[in-house]
Amino acid sequence: MMFKINISADIVSEPIIADSILETKVSLNISQAHFDANHGEIIAEVENSHFRKIKDALTSKGAEITILDNPIIRDEEECVECGACISVCPVKVFSFDKEWSLQMDADKCIQCGTCLKMCPHNALILEL
Amino acid sequence: MVEKSIKEINSRIEDGSVNVVTAEEMVDIVVDLGAEGASREVDVVTTGTFGAMCSSGVWLNFGHSEPPIKMNKVWLNNVEAYTGVAAVDAFIGATQLSETEGMAYGGAHLIEDLIRGKSVDVHATAYGTDCYPRKVLDTSINIYDLNQAIMMNPRNAYQKYNAATNGSNHKIYTYMGTLLPNLGNVTYSGAGVLSPMHNDPNYETIGMGTRIFLGGTQGYVIGEGTQHSPQSNFGTIMLRGNLKEMSSDYIRASTFEGYGTSLYVGMGIPIPIINEKVALATAITDADITTNLLDYGVPSRDRPKLGEVTYEELRSGTIDFNGKEIPTSSMSSFKMARKIAGELKQWIKEGDFFVTEPVELLPSDTVCKPMKQTDRSLLVQDIMATEVITIDQDATFHKAAKTIMENDYDHLPVIKEDGTIAGIVTAWDISKAVAEEDYKLVKDIMTKKVITANATDPIDIAARNLDFNGVSAMPVIDNKRKVIGIITSGDISKLMARRQ
Ligand code: SF4
Ligand code: SF4
Repeated sequence: MMFKINISADIVSEPIIADSILETKVSLNISQAHFDANHGEIIAEVENSHFRKIKDALTSKGAEITILDNPIIRDEEECVECGACISVCPVKVFSFDKEWSLQMDADKCIQCGTCLKMCPHNALILEL
Repeated sequence: MVEKSIKEINSRIEDGSVNVVTAEEMVDIVVDLGAEGASREVDVVTTGTFGAMCSSGVWLNFGHSEPPIKMNKVWLNNVEAYTGVAAVDAFIGATQLSETEGMAYGGAHLIEDLIRGKSVDVHATAYGTDCYPRKVLDTSINIYDLNQAIMMNPRNAYQKYNAATNGSNHKIYTYMGTLLPNLGNVTYSGAGVLSPMHNDPNYETIGMGTRIFLGGTQGYVIGEGTQHSPQSNFGTIMLRGNLKEMSSDYIRASTFEGYGTSLYVGMGIPIPIINEKVALATAITDADITTNLLDYGVPSRDRPKLGEVTYEELRSGTIDFNGKEIPTSSMSSFKMARKIAGELKQWIKEGDFFVTEPVELLPSDTVCKPMKQTDRSLLVQDIMATEVITIDQDATFHKAAKTIMENDYDHLPVIKEDGTIAGIVTAWDISKAVAEEDYKLVKDIMTKKVITANATDPIDIAARNLDFNGVSAMPVIDNKRKVIGIITSGDISKLMARRQ
């Protein structure tokens, strides 16, 4: 399952991700990470059965966890199946099938929002 | 040599014996039968494309009001239409933006709303004459209330189009969509194998009067389009069609983030197979069509050409560029292009659409020239301050504060021992250091990621860089990175004010 880890200013310099992984021995698949002096935001994926464990480890160290269970939605009326969204998605949610129809593997979506701005027809919706 | 007349082909359409295939289907037929066999076998090849065509608009005639008005300005849902013609005619262009909603709604959206039969607010103003006394008009209309709604596209259906990528280090928003930094993606447009004009690249059948599929109805080519440049395979056509008969399946409004609005137009041209040369041309494949890959990260008319790619590569989903795999995105819909070619084929088969002989073929020798500019564009070197006071990176914070105060500057470029740029220090950096009671050396408080300009950059680009990076001054450096001047947003604003 996909989730977001928010790390606030006071603990941003501490190795809480590494510590949590070592402690729980749960491997995390990190697909995005943004850090600056005041804040850290990480998008990660973990097997469903391990979520609880890693979540507890991270929250006990002060991180905030949000489950990303609202993946990208496509308004099929608006979509003209151009494929503009394909190349900007960092995790390859979009592709064409043999008939040049747009396919979506929405489970992979990490809700980065890039495709929303790319779509010329306003057909993509992310309910954050 | 097989020769077929338009009349002959039309009589086959009439009696139902016509053989019509799409340009995609024609590829294998020519492979199997050869050009001669295929030209005997096939009467018409249909093409199609569905993509953003900014150069689109609609002529509207509102009919006369009581008392009558000679519209001086007119807005439809707050989007201004052009009225510099007779009293109640106006032209609404697809890329005109709403004065209240900006890029969220434009001429393209208005056109789609009209096709959908929606009601539209009209606001017009006038200076008033003896014959047209009215000065203000407010009404709401829909497409059925208009006398005419004639789509006119001055430049449509580019034969092919450049592929776009971005070599700069930041994301850019263009009419070719979002382009990720460092060649992160490639976007392209055009239907390749189904491309209307690429299936008749020598313009042997397309010209003024060619009947086509336009927006779901029958329209016409009325001549070459603006910027028609056949010598470089960038031919274009001018189109006309009745908006009242069009369908919102084939005419769709779009917004390109950071660029504006545009209209997706569905069009298709039937190519009558009058001889084997034309048959051979319609056998073109994606692999045969090459286009330039341009760096849109350089905001210039002469964008650097990074290489050439075929539509086959582009449509495969990734291209290989110097060993790097770059994902590609089409900005136009191939699925829709196919649907259009299929629909046109059906119309012809069913005897609802006849092919035409153009009254005049498209010119094949014109070129598209760049603009002649009599006013030399100003460069950074024309307005930068050349007497720039700099400070050494190892100087104390006090010295920086004193220099700024004494010279009344807000920005002080910081240099290394060899005179090359190291950073910039501003009055703000100084205040911040004072507030934090953190008195150090200049290099500790300066901004290291300094945005610089080159002396030969055009002013408009410098202005955009200042804006984009949210800074108010840029040191100007030479090719050895030595500071030779400074340019501020103040200099540019003064210049712009003078220009207007
Ligand atoms: S960019 Fe928008 S319109 Fe184009 S395929 Fe993706 S969702 Fe559909
Ligand atoms: S928001 Fe869009 S671009 Fe980002 S991961 Fe989801 S589908 Fe891909």
